[in-house]
Amino acid sequence: MQWLGRPFTERSTLIFLGVLFSALVLVTVLHVAVPQGHPLYVSAYTVNLLGKYLAYALLAVAVDLVWGYLGILSLGHGAFFALGGYAMGMYLMRQIGDRGVYGHPVLPDFMVFLNWDSLPWYWQGFDMAWFAFLMVLLAPGLLALVFGFLAFRSRVTGVYLSIITQALTFALMLAFFRNEMGFGGNTGLTDFRDMLGFDLRSSDTRLGLFIATGVALALGYVLCRAIVTSKLGRVCVATRDAEARTRFLGYRVERFQLFVFVVSAMLAGLAGALYVPQVGIINPSEFAPLFSIEIVLWVALGGRATLYGAVIGALLVNYAKTVFTGVMPDAWLFALGGLFVLVTVFLPKGVAGVLAYRIRRRRRDGDLSGGKEAMA
Amino acid sequence: MSLLKSFSRRDKVFDFLVPAESPVDVRHGPILYLEDVSVSFDGFRAIDALNLTIDDGELRCIIGPNGAGKTTMMDIITGKTRPDSGKVWFGARHNLLTMNEPEIASLGIGRKFQKPTVFEALTVFENLELAMSADKRILPTLTAGMTPAIRERIGEVLETTGLTGLIHRPAGILSHGQKQWLEIGMLLMQRPRLLLVDEPVAGMTEQEMERTAELLTSLAGKQSVVVVEHDMGFVRSIARKVTVLHQGSVLAEGSMDQISSDPKVVEVYLGADVDEEVVRC
Repeated sequence: MQWLGRPFTERSTLIFLGVLFSALVLVTVLHVAVPQGHPLYVSAYTVNLLGKYLAYALLAVAVDLVWGYLGILSLGHGAFFALGGYAMGMYLMRQIGDRGVYGHPVLPDFMVFLNWDSLPWYWQGFDMAWFAFLMVLLAPGLLALVFGFLAFRSRVTGVYLSIITQALTFALMLAFFRNEMGFGGNTGLTDFRDMLGFDLRSSDTRLGLFIATGVALALGYVLCRAIVTSKLGRVCVATRDAEARTRFLGYRVERFQLFVFVVSAMLAGLAGALYVPQVGIINPSEFAPLFSIEIVLWVALGGRATLYGAVIGALLVNYAKTVFTGVMPDAWLFALGGLFVLVTVFLPKGVAGVLAYRIRRRRRDGDLSGGKEAMA
Repeated sequence: MSLLKSFSRRDKVFDFLVPAESPVDVRHGPILYLEDVSVSFDGFRAIDALNLTIDDGELRCIIGPNGAGKTTMMDIITGKTRPDSGKVWFGARHNLLTMNEPEIASLGIGRKFQKPTVFEALTVFENLELAMSADKRILPTLTAGMTPAIRERIGEVLETTGLTGLIHRPAGILSHGQKQWLEIGMLLMQRPRLLLVDEPVAGMTEQEMERTAELLTSLAGKQSVVVVEHDMGFVRSIARKVTVLHQGSVLAEGSMDQISSDPKVVEVYLGADVDEEVVRC
């Protein structure tokens, strides 16, 4: 268990956790204790929005784990995110029970609408929370296991792997669009009522989901940090930089790639599962290739191979997206594209790279001035 | 009682029952044995009925003009390329043609590439740590910790390769020669029985070459070392026995003096007009 404790000895992890938990506490206090109408009051809408950003941040951490440390540029992580989301959506659908429009005790509305008379086999068990929550991790994990096993065993890497991950998420999107798949076709799953007995529309539940997402982000971050600071993390970096060399050292590179890829897919699934109850809908558009590319942009912007950079990138870009799509909806894609070009040209290591540079410089200056004082 | 127990040990009864990860059997002398190995790429015979035997603890130099099949031979030994026909044995027990790269590596064959390949983003210490012989499955790697024994071992290798002062520097900033030594150090961490070294002094200064020659000769005896090299001066300074490869098979074998006075060798190098240094020798 020594490897799990290692992140807590790092300064960067402690700072990250400190900032994250202070933000969680601050938002909670401003939401609960400050009266409405006060300028510092944080509305339920904002809490909900921040919860969504945190889910995206967890997704970005998952992508940074495989891209930053293993060198696998996955352009299909949206697929794992969406699968986790669907698993959660199925649970929330079953929780509706007979309160749907058609009032059927078991079947979700869209199945009644399609004249189905019984629940498909893969919907069984999703009325139980523990089973659904297990599936949130297992469904994306299993897809990543099968896909990764085939890809890594054949030593598919680099741009070819990126293309087939893209194809994977596109194929899933087309499949989930079909009504016959039994996941609600292009409307997806929506109209959720409650979760674990809490009303999803109440602001207290939303605050709870926001905090849960923050805690999940913290746990996911610590887990990824524990992986990348272990010897296994160094094997990943070695694989990223010189795969053949790593193989000749006696590491079965494809197994390490598979392991990290599956862990990353599970984290992405968890992010999706926390995202869905907060936005109230899951539909096949989450599988869209464009979304998966956007995730990669967050990570690139924030800074690869730092993990906290991925979080910064996800928060910044999504905040900018909210602002921009509110002010000038048509300009958003241009702004995103422009931002990406600027970052690649001027900040190749992303925002985190700039931060690290500043800190290093300040520390060096500090050392110098400290030295002068000592001399004086 | 202990006698009874000894009967239950599989590896003491029949040779064929020995598990694959058992130590190398060098009772008969050779540690590496290639017989009648051939491989062709698109009709071109890169290796043509090659026979080669390396004894345990030997330091062997392999020379030959470009395209003689030196690198392909290393690829075959390390499992990167499968020959079309022939036999490749490691000691008397391990058939290398049935194994993949990591299996061969963990058996004790270490390879240094022509171009130095170290992990540039990792420090010198971390490079050596990864190379160390250890349980290289996923979970043991994830939970692996640092012990005094490991530190000591890395310290020893740092000393052998003369990199002690650079222990926490990223490998990317090392000079070309230092990278070559680090890579040899990484091979030593694997505790190999056989070291395959591809052009270790390419691009090195005179002094670096001398240091490398010392390093390699000090390794021989404990390990078997096979060096592929173009630089004849360097080969002369370390070699006890030299093998000349030409068009995928062995042209001549013997001491440096025998080789350089062999008319066949002189003719090949003159005719191919490849390596002027050989002519000079």
